[in-house]
Amino acid sequence: MPPSIQPMAPLLLSAYTLVTANGRGVGPVLEALRTRRSGLTPCDFEDVTLKTYIGRVAGLEEFSLDHDLAPFDCRNNRLAWLGLQQDGFMVAVAEAKQRYGAHRIAVVMGTSTSGILETEHAYRVRDPLTDELPEWYRPRYRYTHNMFSLGYFVRTCLGLKGPALVISTACSSSAKVFATAARLMQTGLCDAAIVGGVDSLCLTTLYGFSALQLLSTGPCRPCDEDRDGLSLGEAAGYALLEASDKVGGRGTVALLGYGESTDGYHMSHPHPEGVGAMRAIKDSLIRARLRPEQVEYVNLHGTATVANDSVEDKAVYGLFGARPACSSTKGWTGHTLGAAGITEAVISALCLTHGFMPGTLNCRRVDGSLKSRILRENQTGSVSCVLSNIFGFGGNNCSLVLGKL
Amino acid sequence: MIEIAIRGVGLLAPGLIGWDAGRAVLAGLSPFRPDAVPDPDAMILPPNERRRSSDCVRWAVQVAQEAMTQSGLDPRDVPTVFASSGGEMGVFDKLCRTLAMPERAVSPTLFHQSVHNAAAGYWGIATAGQQSSTALSCYDDSFAAGLLEAVTLVQVERCPVLLVAYDLAVPSPLSQARPITTGFAVAIVLAPPADHSSAVMRVRLEEGDVVSACGLVAPVLEGVRQDNPAARSLPLLSAIAAGGGQTVKLGLLESQQLIMELGPCRL
Repeated sequence: MPPSIQPMAPLLLSAYTLVTANGRGVGPVLEALRTRRSGLTPCDFEDVTLKTYIGRVAGLEEFSLDHDLAPFDCRNNRLAWLGLQQDGFMVAVAEAKQRYGAHRIAVVMGTSTSGILETEHAYRVRDPLTDELPEWYRPRYRYTHNMFSLGYFVRTCLGLKGPALVISTACSSSAKVFATAARLMQTGLCDAAIVGGVDSLCLTTLYGFSALQLLSTGPCRPCDEDRDGLSLGEAAGYALLEASDKVGGRGTVALLGYGESTDGYHMSHPHPEGVGAMRAIKDSLIRARLRPEQVEYVNLHGTATVANDSVEDKAVYGLFGARPACSSTKGWTGHTLGAAGITEAVISALCLTHGFMPGTLNCRRVDGSLKSRILRENQTGSVSCVLSNIFGFGGNNCSLVLGKL
Repeated sequence: MIEIAIRGVGLLAPGLIGWDAGRAVLAGLSPFRPDAVPDPDAMILPPNERRRSSDCVRWAVQVAQEAMTQSGLDPRDVPTVFASSGGEMGVFDKLCRTLAMPERAVSPTLFHQSVHNAAAGYWGIATAGQQSSTALSCYDDSFAAGLLEAVTLVQVERCPVLLVAYDLAVPSPLSQARPITTGFAVAIVLAPPADHSSAVMRVRLEEGDVVSACGLVAPVLEGVRQDNPAARSLPLLSAIAAGGGQTVKLGLLESQQLIMELGPCRL
């Protein structure tokens, strides 16, 4: 009795926002996409000496969380807070709270490393004799490093009292939040949901991906014949999901479908034939009641590692052929890991709203072995349906279909 | 109100080794003797994966395998939900020690072990499963949040779902920040109810905090329940062990409660 995948009712993204290395809020992100200005710069994070580029959000060192939020203060939650301040998002949530009540709005967040940077710092200054962690750190683990910290923080900032959880499935985390929120709404356990993701730079991922030899020495070059790995980035993004029969109207961006799968193959390599990826894409189309030929643009996971881009190409070409335009936006933002899902969902929403498709930044010559139609230059013109792919560690895949109502 | 059948249970904790032995303890038929738990076999893991896996992964996979076997279902058909408050705390300890040294020589294995979905990933590899898999946290309420995710999956996709909740004892010095003193892992296979279901519960979510969640747990186990977030499952497990016919309430973030009306159980 495997899962039966049924079409779903569209869910409106009635408000959304994004902070990346390209800027704070959807305005600067859109401007960077249009002018093809990358947010990637040589790595200057803390005392890290790795030869790589990063997509670092400016200004996170220049403020701290205070008053009631002081216990939550860490890089990840500062970034989360910065995200909440953009694009009138908190006002939109306050209005939704009026409509539904605080208990009827869920908070579903995604992150891969949460505030682990705090624990990294604490370990450096532990007592050399007793091995004890510093006093300042001990009461703060719950509010910073613990995986739920982000969910707790966002729920506290927004004054919500509905179900809340943090999904942490590495890179697919904040794509899967849409699926979990959709199910909570479909089963009537809430009326609306705040979905999103926040991931911030830390030594764990910088040195971890370096150990796996997956970091590019320059700005990442997705789909390029000479691509040599990914660039890490950080981001915070949110969307307010509501049922389309309650709010919204023509032209609003909506989640039309989602698909989730696992490779069941390897912890850090994708399945060579992309079978898990294909399954996630297929399921997202079934839920969206769409045929493959109705998808106009595919926002690729496109991390710029040799393996990812090649396997993803097999899956996308296998299902769509060379018809839809495909591109990766990692050249702008870097790979924001647990925030990649929401980052690319919001970018997809911007493509739908503003009628354009970003060409793959830093891709000088498309790898000749890739069969999909890889876009190198930006294209303008109406877009009605976007597929966004996110594939992660542990072979965890998620695809989202977004469109306009 | 959502109706959900329970098809299998797996359990691993000091004094609660396996569901058969654990059920007898929870039902008050055997004494609770919390001896150390031997390293679980986690037989389903291929030898190479087993060698690379963390303690957390082996505990989680062990209970997952027990519950799946009891359910008689093919694991390749069953989506999974893995719930853990802190995830790989033992790996974080090793990782942060390594990063505190000048060389910062993180090994690729240690890094991939650190992800919150490590247990989910290893289970997928062991079973060659390609169904969806979620790994989540809700601090002390991670079991209730995992149950919520699993219940909505069963309801929406009309299929069985494997829920695994686990947290292991936190090593020093991280234990100063998160004192969990003993490991606890539980797995439950949930499914749409059928005529032959041996246990069915009706689940709903209500406003309000749970004032006394511990009424259903034997006093000797109350310390375990409070020590480990995965052990917040004990009221439900105790009710199942007692043959059902009870209502169990689990708190969710001090503002809601997950209420389960459990029918007669034969598990």
